Amino acid sequence: MKNSLVQIRNLSFKYDENADYALKDVTFDIYEGEWLAIVGHNGSGKSTMAKLLNGLNFPKEGSITVDGLLLSEETVWDIRDKIGMVFQNPDNQFVGTTVQDDVAFGLENHGIEREEMIKRVHNALESVKMEQFLDQEPHHLSGGQKQRVAIAGVLALRPNIIVLDEATSMLDPRGREEVLETIRQLKASQEMTVISITHDLEEAAKADRMIVMNKGQLYREGSPEDIFQLDEELISLGLDIPFPVKMSKMLKGLNIPVSKHHLSEEELVEELWTSHLKM
Amino acid sequence: MMEKMIFGRYVPADSVIHRMDPRSKLIIVLLFVCVVFIANNAITYGALVVYTLLMLAMSKVPMRFVFGGLKLVFILIIFTFLMHIFLTREGPIIFELGWFKVYEEGLRQGIFISLRFFLLILITSILTLTTAPIAITDGLESLLGPLKKLKFPVHELALMMSIALRFIPTLMEETDKIMKAQSARGVEFSSGPVKDRVMAIIPLLIPLFVSSFKRAEELATAMEARGYRGGDGRTRYRKLVWSGIDTLMLLLLLALTILLIIFRT
Amino acid sequence: MDISLKNVEYRYQVNTPFERLAIQDVSIDIPSGTFLALIGHTGSGKSTVLQHLNALLKPTAGEVVIGERTITSEKKQKGLKAIRQKVAIVFQFPEHQLFEETVEKDICFGPMNFGVNEGEAKRRAHEAIKQVGLDESILQKSPFDLSGGQMRRVAIAGVLAMHPDVIVLDEPTAGLDPRGRKEIMDMFYQLHKERNLSTILVTHSMEDASRYADKIAIMHKGEVYKVGTPLDIFSDPEQLIKMGLDVPEVVKFQQKLEKTFGYKFAKTCLTIEEISQEMPRFLKRGEA
Ligand SMILES: Nc1ncnc2c1ncn2[C@@H]1O[C@H](COP(=O)(O)OP(=O)(O)OP(=O)(O)O)[C@@H](O)[C@H]1O
Ligand SMILES: Nc1ncnc2c1ncn2[C@@H]1O[C@H](COP(=O)(O)OP(=O)(O)OP(=O)(O)O)[C@@H](O)[C@H]1O
Ligand SMILES: [Mg+2]
Ligand SMILES: [Mg+2]
Repeated sequence: MKNSLVQIRNLSFKYDENADYALKDVTFDIYEGEWLAIVGHNGSGKSTMAKLLNGLNFPKEGSITVDGLLLSEETVWDIRDKIGMVFQNPDNQFVGTTVQDDVAFGLENHGIEREEMIKRVHNALESVKMEQFLDQEPHHLSGGQKQRVAIAGVLALRPNIIVLDEATSMLDPRGREEVLETIRQLKASQEMTVISITHDLEEAAKADRMIVMNKGQLYREGSPEDIFQLDEELISLGLDIPFPVKMSKMLKGLNIPVSKHHLSEEELVEELWTSHLKM
Repeated sequence: MMEKMIFGRYVPADSVIHRMDPRSKLIIVLLFVCVVFIANNAITYGALVVYTLLMLAMSKVPMRFVFGGLKLVFILIIFTFLMHIFLTREGPIIFELGWFKVYEEGLRQGIFISLRFFLLILITSILTLTTAPIAITDGLESLLGPLKKLKFPVHELALMMSIALRFIPTLMEETDKIMKAQSARGVEFSSGPVKDRVMAIIPLLIPLFVSSFKRAEELATAMEARGYRGGDGRTRYRKLVWSGIDTLMLLLLLALTILLIIFRT
Repeated sequence: MDISLKNVEYRYQVNTPFERLAIQDVSIDIPSGTFLALIGHTGSGKSTVLQHLNALLKPTAGEVVIGERTITSEKKQKGLKAIRQKVAIVFQFPEHQLFEETVEKDICFGPMNFGVNEGEAKRRAHEAIKQVGLDESILQKSPFDLSGGQMRRVAIAGVLAMHPDVIVLDEPTAGLDPRGRKEIMDMFYQLHKERNLSTILVTHSMEDASRYADKIAIMHKGEVYKVGTPLDIFSDPEQLIKMGLDVPEVVKFQQKLEKTFGYKFAKTCLTIEEISQEMPRFLKRGEA
């Protein structure tokens, strides 16, 4: 599975000549079929990263290669076909006046034929469970529903990578869970690569791999286990420690045997159960 | 007050008018605007009123809602009416009170012109109330299609319009939110001295402008990310269908026109 | 200042085809000095309730008593300004309300609308900017040159500078990074303690509701479903989950333990410290 799909090399970017670097010398790979979580404090450069990836801005220095294509003015449209993006504010990415028009928007841009479009719009809406809402207008939908429509709009174009830039941060817990569950199912059924930019550490803990950004630089890269070993350091990075890790630490402090800092409650419960059986 | 506005609002329902092709509705409204000027006496104006009310009834939009929403327009109409009463000095005097005189011609013109104005507003309101904004845009784009050959940016115009329409409810909501947020900080929008009320516009407009700008920027980014690069090579998802009703409605308007021409003086 | 809602109903866009019943029969008492959390899923009417607390909305039925004043559907209300100075609201994404050239002017805007003189307003601006954890040097900057997190804090400072008796918060930490979220909530909690400020918090975070509130009200489909202490509310996690709400991680964890071990803790624990303390006893019982 460790097949590198995107290579990001020594990437730097400034919004303005006189401004500080929004990104500085960032290098990492994205692997096929993985769920990569990108975390970091407000203003650490996560959204900037996402926009560069999709050619919405061009890097000052460094390069991005997506599926063998080096990102440049010439290849940018081909690369955008491969990468679908869902942004934070559900309102500001809804282009169409109804659900189906919005999903069709991307297809229209790509000059897909009408018959094919209708099929794809319906399929995409079905896979995010919004097929009941074809003619709804956006202001009658909840935030979670709008985001699922946005995902459908991206899916209809059949990308191999989907980038979520805090796509759930404006939603309530249920909307958030709906959206994440949708993505999880899609990832499993369509072998997509997911890049999720998030402030929700419980969500990041479930990713295959994590990247921690700090002040425009890549601070650490690794599995959630590795990253959450950073412990107190995370707090100084503007982050926090997920509950199961905190709990594991707390229990260790009380001399209750816990082998490691668990990332999921299930694991921790499991260990407590088996170790107490052995006692 | 904002809540009762009917401009640009679409009331979904299942009526003959709702089911019409937006193109025929647009053509009818456009023709109606010309036809209105044919009328010049009681019979012809009467026919126009009957026609318009018939359309309104067929649209199944609640009357109370329509007339409630036109309150502001009524003020304008009354104003127009009074202007004519005061300014037209032709024909016999029919009413006199000191220096204030009402001339027959003034009254006649006052009534007819306000009525004309009112009918135009009403018929356009019926259009917007019964047609989804996107359908209006599609209709326009299709009607203006021939202009593309003259390098007229029909597609861009239509897209701009549909986005503007799409964002009207969002911006109304935003306005409401900012007004509330500033009211909570002690701004009075609806009471207090006039000077203060005018000043109260600034804390409303600046945030509204900033946020609209931000929205526009984010929307443009989202559109670009989804592969938008102008009208060339784009296909259409929506298809307009012209049916028998549309032809029939056009004929009805034609009949009205003929009637007006016959009975005008 | 005591606030109480009595059988409040509110309909949006009355007498139009878009009329919509948002809340009905809502009765909540908020005695002075309470920290109340309002929870409920999207569209349950939380924001609508909040706007009644300082008379931004007038109930379409029932009454709202704010201190000495009673707001009902009938009367045309005068002098609501006095109420708004006492009961301040921090709306969702409050940074959207900033508009002045400098941060200082923006913070002074609220107090000066309520008749505070410029000198005093500036003094309050300095005080408030420190309270929200920013440096005084920021006062002379334009609010539009700040980062999202800083703008949020400036907007909050603008509300604090009004010196309200009651502060109403509509999801004040949405979109902030975890540290920012904690700092802001801790700040509100501290103000609540130090100044005995009544605080009403709308939140989707069950963690925050259980950590900071002394009373929680659940809204469901426009009605108040239940009011109680965090312990009352979270001792029945199944019910909350059924309503599409969450429970704090600690409670979830306790639930999972109880399910796996097949017996219960002595009590429902709301903090990580509590559950750790109970843990040895819980594990021992398993051995017996
Ligand atoms: N359009 C822009 N113009 C100028 N500067 C910008 C722009 N967008 C971002 N920046 C700056 O670039 C830096 C990185 O911002 P970015 O939006 O990438 O951060 P982020 O990690 O996504 O933060 P958040 O968690 O708040 O979304 C910040 O200092 C920010 O102020
Ligand atoms: N301006 C408005 N016009 C019409 N209906 C409205 C308006 N504002 C809110 N509503 C409706 O009133 C109900 C309650 O909305 P409210 O905003 O109070 O919910 P909420 O609990 O704050 O939700 P959220 O968690 O999404 O903020 C919803 O059904 C909503 O659609
Ligand atoms: Mg961002
Ligand atoms: Mg709300």
